Amino acid sequence: MSQTIPQQPIEYNMKVVRQFTVMTIIWGIVGMALGVLIAAQLVWPELNFNTPWLTYSRLRPLHTNAVIFAFGTSALFATSYYVVQKTCRTRLFSDKLASFTFWGWQAVIVAAVITLPLGLTSTKEYAELEWPIDILIAVTWIAYAIVFFGTLAIRKTSHIYVANWFYGGFIVVIAMLHIVNSMAVPVTFTKSYSMYSGAVDAMIQWWYGHNAVGFLLTAGFLGMMYYFVPKQAERPVYSYRLSVVHFWALISLYIWAGPHHLHYTALPDWTQSLGMVMSVILFVPSWGGMINGIMTLSGAWHKLRTDPILRFLIVSLSFYGMSTFEGPMMAIKSVNALSHYTDWTVGHVHSGALGWVAMITIGSMYYLVPRLFNQKQIHSVKLVNVHFWLHTIGVVFYIVSMWISGVMQGLMWRATNADGTLTYSFVESVQASYPFWAGRFVGGVFIVVGMLLMAYNCYQTIQAGRRETAAGNVIQTA
Amino acid sequence: MGFGEWHGIWTVIILVLFLAIVGWSFFSRRAKKQFDEAANSIFEEENAESSVKDSDKPESKKDE
Repeated sequence: MSQTIPQQPIEYNMKVVRQFTVMTIIWGIVGMALGVLIAAQLVWPELNFNTPWLTYSRLRPLHTNAVIFAFGTSALFATSYYVVQKTCRTRLFSDKLASFTFWGWQAVIVAAVITLPLGLTSTKEYAELEWPIDILIAVTWIAYAIVFFGTLAIRKTSHIYVANWFYGGFIVVIAMLHIVNSMAVPVTFTKSYSMYSGAVDAMIQWWYGHNAVGFLLTAGFLGMMYYFVPKQAERPVYSYRLSVVHFWALISLYIWAGPHHLHYTALPDWTQSLGMVMSVILFVPSWGGMINGIMTLSGAWHKLRTDPILRFLIVSLSFYGMSTFEGPMMAIKSVNALSHYTDWTVGHVHSGALGWVAMITIGSMYYLVPRLFNQKQIHSVKLVNVHFWLHTIGVVFYIVSMWISGVMQGLMWRATNADGTLTYSFVESVQASYPFWAGRFVGGVFIVVGMLLMAYNCYQTIQAGRRETAAGNVIQTA
Repeated sequence: MGFGEWHGIWTVIILVLFLAIVGWSFFSRRAKKQFDEAANSIFEEENAESSVKDSDKPESKKDE
């Protein structure tokens, strides 16, 4: 066997993992609740209370930043630090730097919470934060890379487990994307202009934007999948060989898909077509990875009946499969002509974000919390089950509402009369969308209620762990 | 060499490298053995730990 069995118990750094785990749950609630608020604003516009800071235009970027960078990225920090230590059988490379990444990242999020409602924005989607915060992100991220790759370098095992390859790919590419896309000329402390202009700026922006999807929201969470699915299912991954091919195929193909965000724009036509073709090809590695994850359960399907944590993990993969089928279809120019700028896109994003990213994260958190806080199992498995159903029903409500309203909007916008004039005015399509926006709001409420149950369940687990540790200390000192 | 030519050659290099990785993962006997070991390695950490760790901090196996 290639692994050496340690003589001494390994002193892992679980403090930083605990910190990021707790913040994942808290930011999850904040980010998703903000989503529900802005969903409600679309139905009842009065909910901005005539306050500039609470307008949809300012809260929407706060919602996306909170769920992607506060909730999702905290989860990636927590799980990558956990997995890299466990699979490399060694403590993190540097405790101080790891602690710096925690506080640095929380500072970035707090800065976002303050600046975005104030209207301070670079206006680049998913990269709205202004240049001083961008610099803090870059510094924190480089520290993250040093801790992660440093830990790989001092590993006690010969092989680097596949989950770490995905985490590593995610860390390197996000550094590259963030630094290149955020290049800007500062005018004042709170205002800057992109270094790029025109179609080049758009292309750089969506090279960033789509690869944030590909490497943060996909590769990073696939790292999570390759560790937590086999662990919770208690069987090795279906095909390790496939995981190797999956990794190299995914990272070499994803980087090309950005132009599908710019169909029928000023971007050169050949670039649009190339982006479309590469996006369609992406279907192959995506489904390869999904099949690898789901088939890990082959021969143990019965576990899904009794284990809601495993159900979270496996259903997340079916949502992943669904959205990575839908994505390539929507990248085809003729389909995109209907879907672009409609709610269909919003539905697609959320089947990925709430179905895949959130569910695999929630499953992994339920796996981690008892282990991190010295408990055998989560406080209430029943509540996990309730959370599973609340979340699943919420996501289905959300994406079905958006599919219907999206296709309807697309059809209404393109409908023409015999004389060539438009059949519907824009406001008519808005009016027709109201019932579906209300449906989305209901779905969102389900999801947030589920997250609150999760917070309660994890809080009780943590408290039980604290009580036991305290009692254990008393016995030891007595 | 022009920019476009270099990009074309670069694409071919990447494609060949990728096919080499696929070939290696499918046809190397050594790789197959390593893959099996690697896939199972995540289950050894607990055995390795529980054999040396004090029993006051057991790693739970499952949440059921």
